[in-house]
Amino acid sequence: MNSIISVSGLGKAYASGHVALHSVDLDIREGEIFALLGPNGAGKTTLISIICGIVSPTSGHVLVNGHDIIRNYRQTRTAIGLVPQELHTDAFETVISTVRFSRGLFGKARNDAYIEKLLRDLSLWDKRDAKIMELSGGMKRRVMIAKALSHEPRVLFLDEPTAGVDVELRKDMWNMVRHLRDTGVTIILTTHYIEEAEEMADRVGVINKGRLVLVEEKDVLMRKLGTKTLTVHLNSPLATIPDALAGWDVSLGDDGRDLDYRFDARAEDSGVPALIGALGEAGIGYHDLSTRQSSLEDIFVGLVHSGDAAPEALAEGTGA
Amino acid sequence: MSGGINWRGIAAIYFFEIHRFGRTIWTSLMTPVITTSLYFIVFGSAIGSRMTEIDGIAYASFIVPGLIMLSMFQESIFNASFGIYMPKWTGTIYELLSAPLSAIETVIAYVGAAASKSMMIGLVIFATAHLFVDVHVAHPLLMLGFMMLIAVSFCLFGFILGVWAQNFEQLQVVPLLVIMPMTFLGGAFYSIHMLPEPWRTITLFNPVIYLISGFRWTFFGKGDVAIGISISVVAAMLLICIAVIHWVFKTGYRLKK
Repeated sequence: MNSIISVSGLGKAYASGHVALHSVDLDIREGEIFALLGPNGAGKTTLISIICGIVSPTSGHVLVNGHDIIRNYRQTRTAIGLVPQELHTDAFETVISTVRFSRGLFGKARNDAYIEKLLRDLSLWDKRDAKIMELSGGMKRRVMIAKALSHEPRVLFLDEPTAGVDVELRKDMWNMVRHLRDTGVTIILTTHYIEEAEEMADRVGVINKGRLVLVEEKDVLMRKLGTKTLTVHLNSPLATIPDALAGWDVSLGDDGRDLDYRFDARAEDSGVPALIGALGEAGIGYHDLSTRQSSLEDIFVGLVHSGDAAPEALAEGTGA
Repeated sequence: MSGGINWRGIAAIYFFEIHRFGRTIWTSLMTPVITTSLYFIVFGSAIGSRMTEIDGIAYASFIVPGLIMLSMFQESIFNASFGIYMPKWTGTIYELLSAPLSAIETVIAYVGAAASKSMMIGLVIFATAHLFVDVHVAHPLLMLGFMMLIAVSFCLFGFILGVWAQNFEQLQVVPLLVIMPMTFLGGAFYSIHMLPEPWRTITLFNPVIYLISGFRWTFFGKGDVAIGISISVVAAMLLICIAVIHWVFKTGYRLKK
């Protein structure tokens, strides 16, 4: 698949001396939903702000659809729509006038039919003549999305789209994003909600302390890095791990009533049959077994806490 | 977008700004009309009747160009600075910075809108003056041209102020504490020839003297200083503002991190 955005060696040091990005390389494929995942202050917003032209890079290059974001900024910015994290709106303007304004600002001829469709899709049509300050927070966020889509961009950046949004609206937002992707728009969203990346993304990039530590297909990532946990529900609680299980990666949970065993789900030999055997030999009785796939959250926490440098095994996924 | 210039983007900002002025059209227009009327009543009728003519011009007529300039300076700076300060303050500047709009296009749109409003206010005051005094304009085209130059120059200055300001206080300080005194001491209400030395010489360091004198020249065919010098000062101001704005956009000063 073609990359619509190509970031190479991108670095940013702010005037304060803070280095927000260290030589980031990233390719975004046309038509995908890409989730940029990272804790607060990781450099997510800086990265997308540079691509959109709000922050100047210190080093490196970004190509959008083959055009350089600095030399050919008109072409690249016309192709991009941005929904920032904060709700920045012109309080006194009406919904429809602010969306029309955005379209004009991006150099597109007035198109009332398109704007109507856009506002209907975002359930804003009934509120088109309302002043923005009269709207709820969720509505305002939709207005920002309408503004970002007003000039029919090929790429949409959503910076923390569901921060501070209730569960209901979050689900609506996810549906809307999927619907947009179906119309051919490439979507890059930043989030620190793992649930969001897991739910929506085709690919996930994990950024921490200004470095992209991982880029991977979400499914592959889950498979590749997903460890599983086998929980053995014991008949009688154990105070300590029996000597017979000393060599196993096991721990006790639920006041000794559960025995948790972490294993690599991809490995040829998961160790599960052997463990079951060992339990029988040691005479430890159990009444149930359950296994659980680790979530993206477990993977994420593991990555972010593993320090600055990415583990070798993970780094091979970057720049895909 | 065609032809390399984002005309639609310029128009979007221009009409956004004009629409913003439109929301406060009555206060925007009534304020200068009432203020100017008060000046005419106090300086023109009450005090002016006891004043001798200045350079052969009745005092009430003499102050007309100065009054127009006074309001235009203030309005230009205020409107242009507010226009660019507001997006910074509300955060909507993200959209401006991410739009396919060049620095020149951005300045043309904001400064053009603010200057249009200044022209309108200047002309309203000019019309109001006719209610109180006889005003004959010796060089009407030059008068309009000079007004336009002043409107653009001060709007450029206001734009710079709006980029520089980091709070509302800073936005107010310059027009109130710098431009207002400079205008009052810049011969809006008197001819510098009326001043004793050393004040007359000191006054010559105030650039506003040259602006008001030049504008007065377009009305009466004479001013405190030669018209050529006045035009040079306006041109210099225009060029300095353009240079500063060029620097602002080149470095991203207070607009872009």
